[in-house]
Amino acid sequence: MPPEHESPLQSLTATNVVIVAGKGGVGKTTVTAVIARAASRDGRRVLVVELDGKPTLDELLRNDGGGDGDDPSGGMLEVVHISAADALDEYLRDHGFQRIAKRLNKTGVIDMVGTAAPGIDDVVVLGKIKQYEQSGDYDVIVVDGPAAGHAITFLTSATGLANAVRSGPVRTQSDGVIELLTDAERCQVVLVTLPETTPVNEVVETAFALEDDVGVQLGPIVVNAVDDGAALPDIAAQDAVLQGMAADVADAIRDAAAFRRSRRAMESTEIKRLAREMPLTQLRLPARLVAGLTSADIDLMADVLAESEAASAADRG
Amino acid sequence: MADIGAVIDNSSVIVCCGSGGVGKTTTAAVLGLEAARLGRRAVVVTIDPARRLADALGLVDGLAAEPQRIELGPRAGDAPNGELWAMMLDTATTFDGLVVRHASDPDQVERILTNPLYRNMAGAMSGTQEYMAAETLHTLHGDDRFDLVIVDTPPSRNALDFLEAPGVLARFLDHRAFKLLMLPTKGGLRVLGAAAQPILKAIGRVVGSDVLADAVAFFQAFAGMESGFRDRADEVVALIRAPETAFVIVASPRHDTISEAVWFAEQLVDQQVDISAAIINRAQPAFGEGTAADARAAAKAATGELAALWDNVADLRTLREAEHEVISPLGDAVGHDRVALLPLLDSDVHDLDGLHTIADHLFGRS
Repeated sequence: MPPEHESPLQSLTATNVVIVAGKGGVGKTTVTAVIARAASRDGRRVLVVELDGKPTLDELLRNDGGGDGDDPSGGMLEVVHISAADALDEYLRDHGFQRIAKRLNKTGVIDMVGTAAPGIDDVVVLGKIKQYEQSGDYDVIVVDGPAAGHAITFLTSATGLANAVRSGPVRTQSDGVIELLTDAERCQVVLVTLPETTPVNEVVETAFALEDDVGVQLGPIVVNAVDDGAALPDIAAQDAVLQGMAADVADAIRDAAAFRRSRRAMESTEIKRLAREMPLTQLRLPARLVAGLTSADIDLMADVLAESEAASAADRG
Repeated sequence: MADIGAVIDNSSVIVCCGSGGVGKTTTAAVLGLEAARLGRRAVVVTIDPARRLADALGLVDGLAAEPQRIELGPRAGDAPNGELWAMMLDTATTFDGLVVRHASDPDQVERILTNPLYRNMAGAMSGTQEYMAAETLHTLHGDDRFDLVIVDTPPSRNALDFLEAPGVLARFLDHRAFKLLMLPTKGGLRVLGAAAQPILKAIGRVVGSDVLADAVAFFQAFAGMESGFRDRADEVVALIRAPETAFVIVASPRHDTISEAVWFAEQLVDQQVDISAAIINRAQPAFGEGTAADARAAAKAATGELAALWDNVADLRTLREAEHEVISPLGDAVGHDRVALLPLLDSDVHDLDGLHTIADHLFGRS
């Protein structure tokens, strides 16, 4: 548990490595970008690690002030893409496959090593993240982790591999990765969810699985896309002001208000249930009225995160 | 609006594809429900459904790997012969079944199924899940209990994974590296051909000699089954590409998932695979006539509670207009008349009742 005086942003970035995880569609990449942007504005040197080969993070973190991604505060922000296949290829070349490198792909050896030692590609990726951590070049490394199902496989890969391989470089690599993942001072997992029934169920399942199977420290839980728009009048006041209006217009207004109230009621129920079932610090990011976020939205949400101390402390308990 | 009813009528297989988190399982279940309503005997194969949806589909732990008949309830309409079945893909068991089918004797089956490399391959190798989904589809297609198979594909960044996985895996099993491994017919590593040795030594150094020995044992045990696997994979691919198989792309109305859906569509079109429909889940519903700007102007002209109410209409219309703008490229890719929108509901969809409500929207009954 982080000390009470820490702000949400401080507890989100309290470890060297922050792995952001959540099911597809909950806004994992958004949250990764927001944390990274907020931390770099806070003067931290931030590395963002992307594992899917998608260009989204580069676009969302596109520098708004000129220069090479640095913030005026002295913070720094870099994005690096790591592909499991490339990382494994590089690893094998570094470990005795140099001489026969040309034949590796042609003969399918990489496929076979990946199958013979499942998880080796994940471990090699985590090993690269550990290298960045050890380099001392960054204050915090934010990893846009794999989707929830794969998050557990990804984070348990080292334990599985260590059980299968008793010695050699792969074993050493696995041990180093396990050490990083289970060290609460160095690494934490930030889970992301939406304020809806199924995503809340799934994040609770994932949280327990991660604690039990990986022994990794869980950081604050982020509830993304919460409707924080202005309050709506109650039904009596609504009926009063709609009186005398054309019926079709009044109906549209009434339906829209009912729809939003109903969505908000569900969100509020699910947020409370999540707090009950998952006693972790809960942070909320606002929904935006757009169908695709831009770097401007990320900047705005980073401000919300940086200033969210009072709101989140007041909501707790 | 796309005529999804016609897609159901004209197909014996429907493949739902799309990136993760867009509601593929829900969509597959809704299509199955509608098919049953139309009198079809439909089976939905799902992959890793959310728990409550699995419960709604009767996929209780332990029963899931065999098709389960689902009680449709009072909202199902009155088609007397319609049936809905569901099952969960069990990758490892399906793979075991293939081994049993192609092996020449029980001893060969035993040697393969107990081999650690085989267990890894059946459980975790990339592409195995897609291959086994396609294999299951083929088996169910030949099962007289069903006349429509709806399959929910594994989340993927690449639409062709599903089309290509059977071939990729068959090739893996027939790989040159394993031809090298197979050179010694007896005695293990010591007598390997000179060409293979540096590679094998290097593999041994990295992953350990036990792992290597398992691999050699696996490919020795597998000998003779390669062509059976390859022929079966060819049949599976032929069914996926047959005219009776419809592809439905599922997406959410967000810029990134639409981009992925467009990429899927382009890949499929390149392969001469026709896309029957694109279904966009969780789209903002319409509230009245007029634009977001109209509503915002009305809010500005009003005060107090009425201003707040108009602002709410403006917010919801803003989102709807933004969604329609990002969806447009998908319409360009698959044909605008093939795009269907499913509305965001005011509550979460995780039971049969919710599925019925969505089906009512999709098929114009609400």
